[in-house]
Amino acid sequence: MNGPHDLGGQMGFGPVAPEPDEPVFHADWERRALGVTIATGAFGAWTIDESRHARESLHPATYYAASYYEIWIRALETLLERHGFVSADELAAGHGIWPGVTPKRVLHKDDVAAVLSRGGPCDRELAAAPRFAPGARVRTINEHPSGHTRLPRYARGKTGVVEAVRDGFVFPDTNAHGKGENPQRVYTICFEGTELWGQGADPALTVSIDAWESYLEQA
Amino acid sequence: MTHDHDHHHDNELDPFAARVKALETILTEKGLIDPAAVDAIVETYETKVGPRNGARVVAKAWSDPDFAEWLRRDATAAIASLGYTGRQGEHMQAVFNTEDTHNLIVCTLCSCYPWTVLGVPPVWYKAPPYRSQAVIDPRGVLAEFGLVLPEATRIRVWDSTAELRYMVVPMRPAETEGLSQDDLARLVTRDSMIGTGLPLRPGSLGPGALWPAAADEGGAP
Repeated sequence: MNGPHDLGGQMGFGPVAPEPDEPVFHADWERRALGVTIATGAFGAWTIDESRHARESLHPATYYAASYYEIWIRALETLLERHGFVSADELAAGHGIWPGVTPKRVLHKDDVAAVLSRGGPCDRELAAAPRFAPGARVRTINEHPSGHTRLPRYARGKTGVVEAVRDGFVFPDTNAHGKGENPQRVYTICFEGTELWGQGADPALTVSIDAWESYLEQA
Repeated sequence: MTHDHDHHHDNELDPFAARVKALETILTEKGLIDPAAVDAIVETYETKVGPRNGARVVAKAWSDPDFAEWLRRDATAAIASLGYTGRQGEHMQAVFNTEDTHNLIVCTLCSCYPWTVLGVPPVWYKAPPYRSQAVIDPRGVLAEFGLVLPEATRIRVWDSTAELRYMVVPMRPAETEGLSQDDLARLVTRDSMIGTGLPLRPGSLGPGALWPAAADEGGAP
């Protein structure tokens, strides 16, 4: 979707303003937001793609006014409601009222280290050979799906070069919507700055994206 | 926009705290989360998994050509050999700065970041100013960090749009021959592994030092 999250090349947000000696968390609620997000992710009820889509589906005004952990929590409330774990009246009351859905698993303290160090690999074996070889010239598709996609707007309809052929990976565009993993080959595609940004671009700039095979056609 | 910076929200005593507290209460009452598990997750990313991991990877690559070659070829395995595995580091790629090319990592679409080697990302990395500018005006971004590169230096921006997670291996600073891996690790900063900075010079501590002065800590990195 052409949502508020798709920020590459946008203007007007002001300086980056790095914070010297920035702490890992700025408030205790941020600690809890991170912990609760990861702990509920361990239910296995939604994928990382569905959670990303929930975040980018926030209203743009909300998205831009929110801190990042606020975006996470707002999206998490959506996911918990969508999957039947928590209801709107419970969120309003601040207490559990209904039994709700039972998750496949609840993350317990003793399992945290193992779960975090295992992570969630999303590479998948593919039977098909890669369609593109390193050095091939490709053009990204110019599509504007209403659902989740990982092809940023600034890199749509652009010509680039395949730099690296990666493994097969779960396809976010379907996986975010419960339509299956449908793994595809991923490629690292390099674009010259001028291809993306026109003649005013930095002549010494190259930008790469990682693109699923169906985002690409032969140039 | 009514404000210039996004990070100030995170510094306030935020009314959002009550909302997160309520959510945690509901989930705990319903048996859906174990608050001790939440504590353990927080402790992991506050005290165990952070940019010191990445600094050790870089220092080893600077000291050991075989490791550097392994890191270039299969970063996930090379990094795992130091014990750094897991969430948001499942598929790693190390990108090496050279005299000709400076690398910069961004995620324009969300906040993808190599957690296993750098920890959770700083606020600026996740906020719209960096995510919007890094791909169109990286030199402007670098200047904000006080880093001005020669015009002829190529800038390669890696937008983390899939599940590969990138870390920059900066060039080894001059006059570091003979330094131990531990002392080399002290020169590596988080920003130098994102690409928004360079390593420290020998004898200089900070800004951005990941360890206190050796005399203060009394231990190896």
